Amino acid sequence: MAYSNKVVEKFEKTLKDPEAASVGRWKPGDEDFDKVGTGIVGAPACGDVMKLQIKCEDQDGVKRIVDAKFKTYGCGSAIASSGQLIDMLKGKTLDEAKEICNKEIVDILELPPIKIHCSVLAEEAIKKAIIDFEDNDSHRKHNQ
Amino acid sequence: MEPIYLDYASTTPVDSRVIDKMKDCLSFDGNFGNAGSRSHSFGWKAEELIEESRLNVADLVNCDPREIIFTSGATESDNLALKGAAYFYQDKGKHIVTCKIEHKAVLDTCRQLEKEGFEVTYLETDEFGAVTPKQVKEAIREDTAIVSLMHLNNEIGVITDIAKIGEITREKGVLFHVDAAQSAGKIPIDLNELKVDLMSFSAHKIYGPKGIGALYIQRKPRVRLQALFHGGGQERGIRAGTLPTHQIVGMGECFKVAKQDMVSDYKKINSLKNRLYDGLKDMEEIYVNGDLEEGYPGIFNLSFNYVEGESLIMALKHIAVSSGSACTSASLEPSYVLRALGRPDELAHSSIRFSFGRFTTEKDIDFTIDLVKTSVHQLREISPLWEMYQDGVDISKIEWA
Repeated sequence: MAYSNKVVEKFEKTLKDPEAASVGRWKPGDEDFDKVGTGIVGAPACGDVMKLQIKCEDQDGVKRIVDAKFKTYGCGSAIASSGQLIDMLKGKTLDEAKEICNKEIVDILELPPIKIHCSVLAEEAIKKAIIDFEDNDSHRKHNQ
Repeated sequence: MEPIYLDYASTTPVDSRVIDKMKDCLSFDGNFGNAGSRSHSFGWKAEELIEESRLNVADLVNCDPREIIFTSGATESDNLALKGAAYFYQDKGKHIVTCKIEHKAVLDTCRQLEKEGFEVTYLETDEFGAVTPKQVKEAIREDTAIVSLMHLNNEIGVITDIAKIGEITREKGVLFHVDAAQSAGKIPIDLNELKVDLMSFSAHKIYGPKGIGALYIQRKPRVRLQALFHGGGQERGIRAGTLPTHQIVGMGECFKVAKQDMVSDYKKINSLKNRLYDGLKDMEEIYVNGDLEEGYPGIFNLSFNYVEGESLIMALKHIAVSSGSACTSASLEPSYVLRALGRPDELAHSSIRFSFGRFTTEKDIDFTIDLVKTSVHQLREISPLWEMYQDGVDISKIEWA
């Protein structure tokens, strides 16, 4: 399967320097874990699982994504799509992040039709992570 | 750097000894004649070369050269054997026995025959990919006409006990077809001893050209086939079409070389496989697909759990291998062979087939070991499944969306 240079570049960068590519995790017990939302999408039997975490902070009354991390099991384009999503997320408000559409990833990475599901997975991951964050956030407020 | 070629089960480069012979059959100065031309020396010379090649093919598998028919490859041989016999013997019975991990050339042909009113039993294999003689015996019915099994599986290297199975089919009076595309020239085949009625061969798997193969059709007891191609009556009317002299000479020569080199090739390949396995076996969560002890060593299939096969192939860009991952196939399904072995889908997605051959070196293997270890480590570092495994989470218990 021939990949676009964009996918190959993103994939190889991620492998070579995972930390710089925002590969990683926040786990319970970590400082600020209460500011993290997690979205896991896909299934091992289907050949891709994407785990996205976003860290959000209140800035001037709006929730903003200040950092994000991911881990992905899947083909080269799934890994590249996750990395691309991360690049698009950082600094966005939650409302802005909700508007992210898989089509943007397809265009940037020049994904062929057979790989479009990788970008769909990325869109689902951010949507799920936001829902998770908002759920946690409302619980937190409720408990205060 | 040029990638290291470890995909010999897919195809092989043509041996220089073979190329030299083929070159002599193309130009005006060479033997370009049509073997069907009976009226002049150009035709006679071509015919002579073809008969010499037929003898070389027959010699490797110990049969009568008159039992060898040239085709365009093993796919055509499988089609001719199965359809040709099914049509010819349909009054005897319309039931065929085969196995779930056969090559698509056999499985798809069987599917077509099903559409035409034949009935097919697809045998299961054990966890190593083997079909037992007992299973075959139990599957044969009154109306069974053909049993078709492969000798050496192309994905996992498992070898079928065709000697014992042939005893059963012969006793029951059922035709036995063996797809030997992967085995001829790599492991011994003695058709004088084996009770096999039809056997398919390919040239390009053993350092010959693509586009040429052969079908062995036993003379005693005589096996009859209905032809699929009609035309000039070549190959005793069983397979019409002008004989491609250069291709046939290439096949004859590669079979001749294979006979000379089989023992030394096998020894070398076995030691390369052991070297690769020794280099990788201490890695965590790897699984051998197939039979490590009894299988053919030139096909070595491994699953690297928690790493997806296509991403691994991408990371292993300096070596040419293939994967059972869905992403490398057009169908988006992971390998049907590995699934038939009872491997969970995620292990099928994580599989890599290494296949080595005559031109593989120890240096190639050492490079491969290092690259595989590094790449699997890198991909596991970014794999959420590996993270869960490290945390002690049982992934099979998770309900995935």
